Amino acid sequence: MPSPQMVMYEDEYKKINHIIEKLLREANSKVIFLVDKNGQLISGVGETERFDTTSLASLTAGNIAATGGLAKLIGEKEFSILFHEGEKDNLHISIVGGRVILVVLFDSRSSLGLVRLRVKKASEELTAIFDGLLKRAEEKEKSSDSEFPFAEITDDDIDNLFR
Amino acid sequence: MSFINYASREINCKIVYYGPGLCGKTTNLQFVYNKTAPEAKGKMISLATETERTLFFDFLPLALGEIKGFKTRFHLYTVPGQVFYDASRKLILKGVDGVVFVADSQEERIDANIESLDNLNINLKEQGYDLNRLPFVVQYNKRDLPNIVSVEELRRELNPANVPDFEACATTGEGVFETLKAIAKLILIDLKKGK
Repeated sequence: MPSPQMVMYEDEYKKINHIIEKLLREANSKVIFLVDKNGQLISGVGETERFDTTSLASLTAGNIAATGGLAKLIGEKEFSILFHEGEKDNLHISIVGGRVILVVLFDSRSSLGLVRLRVKKASEELTAIFDGLLKRAEEKEKSSDSEFPFAEITDDDIDNLFR
Repeated sequence: MSFINYASREINCKIVYYGPGLCGKTTNLQFVYNKTAPEAKGKMISLATETERTLFFDFLPLALGEIKGFKTRFHLYTVPGQVFYDASRKLILKGVDGVVFVADSQEERIDANIESLDNLNINLKEQGYDLNRLPFVVQYNKRDLPNIVSVEELRRELNPANVPDFEACATTGEGVFETLKAIAKLILIDLKKGK
């Protein structure tokens, strides 16, 4: 079956932002994004306003999906790290916990080695949080607990979107 | 799979436009893009060849408004229609919440439509989805052309399950928003059930 519904709660969101803000400082990077493998932006810290974050998220996921396809063709499970080097800015893209994509944008004030080192540590912390989130989502699904905000949605609500 | 963010009170859903090459998937997105208010849309991205054939995907983010205090966002994707881009099509179907099948109504494309629909079924199954249980609508495009097959015949070939279907002319926009509304509605109703 496809992976369960991705849900983000306030607590975890804060913890995640705390970790990537720390990573932003320690890796001397400019911007950090967390993106769902389906292309949806989870969070971003740093100079995010300079970028079209929605497009960035969808293209990153497309990029990871395409390289994942390449990996399978040559018998690898996935390529867990991608690195794109530009004239000024570079992108370090890695997969966290098999499900989420961590994007670090940095320039010459940092280095690939430093970014790799810091990303590794942050990834472990992030993996723990996302594992917890997944468990929570699975339990919710089993208990069919309906604190779900869309349970009470009416046809009028839906029609109103298209006015 | 839709992504619900309680922290930023947002819900994101993914819609994929599927169909044979040159059936008008990209044209559908372009029309939606051109007719949507600037504050409701993001940038449209087209990863296409120099001759404007879709190479990987087109992407258009839309923000429709709020439901129960949650911002509702739809991410529209197209797949490359040409047969040999199958590996790319599989990737784009990952995490899909609803599918629009765009059929080319011209007589000579009926086989291409059937082949593409079969391909959609196979690719969805590979990912553990079942088209019969996924929000799904069909659009019969290019109704303005002279050499077209009747809607009844198209329906028989492409829509045996009798899902919502629409006649369209994507270049003029006829039927484009009706199709989008229908799939968005089906996805939201699906969400309402809580899966």
